[in-house]
Amino acid sequence: MSGPGPGGVPGGRVDEAVAVAYREEWGRIVATLIRVTGDWDLAEECAQDAFARAVERWPRDGVPRNPGAWLTTTARNVAIDRLRRAQSGRRKLEELAGIEERAMFAAPDDHRAEHESGIVDDRLRLVFTCCHPALALDAQVALTLREMVGLTTAEVARAFLVAEPTIAQRLVRAKRKIRNAGIPYRVPPRAVLPERVAAVLAVVYLLFNEGYSASDGDDLVRGALCDEAIRLCRTIAELMPDEPEVLGLLALMLLHDSRRAARVDAHGDIVLLEDQDRTQWDHDAIDAGLAALDRALALRDPGPYQVQAAIVACHARAPVPEATDWPQIAGLYGELARMTPSPVVELNRAVAIAMADGPGAGLARLEPLAASGVLTGYYLLPAARADLLRRAGRFGDAAVAYDEALGLVRTAPERRFLERRQAEVRAEVRAEDEERRPGRPRGGVDDPAA
Amino acid sequence: MQYLLLIAMDEQAYAALPDDVAAENMAAYGKFWAEMDERGVMRGGERLRPTTDATCVQVRDGKVITADGPFAETKEQLGGYYLVDVADLDEALEVAAKIPGAQLGTIEVRPIWSM
Repeated sequence: MSGPGPGGVPGGRVDEAVAVAYREEWGRIVATLIRVTGDWDLAEECAQDAFARAVERWPRDGVPRNPGAWLTTTARNVAIDRLRRAQSGRRKLEELAGIEERAMFAAPDDHRAEHESGIVDDRLRLVFTCCHPALALDAQVALTLREMVGLTTAEVARAFLVAEPTIAQRLVRAKRKIRNAGIPYRVPPRAVLPERVAAVLAVVYLLFNEGYSASDGDDLVRGALCDEAIRLCRTIAELMPDEPEVLGLLALMLLHDSRRAARVDAHGDIVLLEDQDRTQWDHDAIDAGLAALDRALALRDPGPYQVQAAIVACHARAPVPEATDWPQIAGLYGELARMTPSPVVELNRAVAIAMADGPGAGLARLEPLAASGVLTGYYLLPAARADLLRRAGRFGDAAVAYDEALGLVRTAPERRFLERRQAEVRAEVRAEDEERRPGRPRGGVDDPAA
Repeated sequence: MQYLLLIAMDEQAYAALPDDVAAENMAAYGKFWAEMDERGVMRGGERLRPTTDATCVQVRDGKVITADGPFAETKEQLGGYYLVDVADLDEALEVAAKIPGAQLGTIEVRPIWSM
């Protein structure tokens, strides 16, 4: 076991050390204990016990030099005790005895070497099992947050605005299905790896979007999901360095997240990309995102996350909105539409074309989309149409489209934004009317000839 | 682990298949069986006659109640099954996807509850 550090560590530093260790080690400890014991509940309980002991002992004995090894060994000992008491299988006990050695001698940060040497990190087994398509998506999400990320059931419940017993039951059922249906605890074989990686990434991106859409600012747990999703994706990227879509998603999230401070103003209102103060963008996150995208593209196997990241990168690279490479973005949306055809992608493509070739060209693309009815009820369609009509100077038509969008919008900041725009175009309509009727009193009188 | 692979499909649509397509389908089932048998996972399986030939039996208060038809009216009906012995759910799903009926209907994969 690692020797204790210098004694008399200030309480705050110990709390911080436990918090860091929790973030770094929880998933790893749970993942290994699940592999060895085959028992998810036991693994969780032992990991929890190990952290409880750290909270108790580290203030007294000092923070160990290698907290991960200390925690792994402690969790292992708890597991051995419990299995002995339950008189469980001899092989499990022998395997558990082997953990100590590895925990002490393996450099805990050397994931890459582990991957390349062919030894699979248990966390990969864990994340693929949590995101197994035989589990319902909400169960995949809850399991990933609980087992891999280490959120408590209460935190998962708060993050998804669901009652805690509901989440607890979801976790119990998911773990029962893993056991009873024989869902294997392993990294899937090559033949099915692409679809299974996609399933994992879908869960990660869902976590991110859940946090990203929590723009109210009144729920920090939800906002923290963005950080957790990025951290999780980084871990997966370290464990599977040759998967371009993992890097693509990491880049996409980092680039989106770089705008976090600029996308909502002091009143909690949405600030559009073109109106954002670009000095408020997190340039470290942008650099990290662009670097991840470069690494992904170098693997020469493009996918939807990489294309989306490339689109966001076009914005991130533009120091001012006017410098945005819209023709490039329009081309990338074309590529995305080819890979994952969807009306929402077509909508975004139309907006990009409008920015590249003028509002008329964009409107020409939007009209058939609106006529097809596939996006009926989706407020961003009339909102995008309204914006293009506004840019084209067709203020009267824009006002009608804003009305339609306002009838569909759900969240308060988006509603306020549309109302602001609506007021602007109405003012333009009035100004035009006045210009057309010089000398007439304000507000006008009935004049069928006008 | 053992799994029962239940083949559910719209039996009316199946009955309406042209003869040559139906014959191809039967040949595909034969090939599937041979492959799985050779792989050592096949433990049994049968085709079922349509639900028009089904009869339900219940015993209530000691009385036997007999009725014509399947136990539930559904869009797809149970048309056959296989019992396979494989490593885990992933292998069961892989085998299930190879059943010709997966192209037309749905395969429900149910773990056997060993008592």
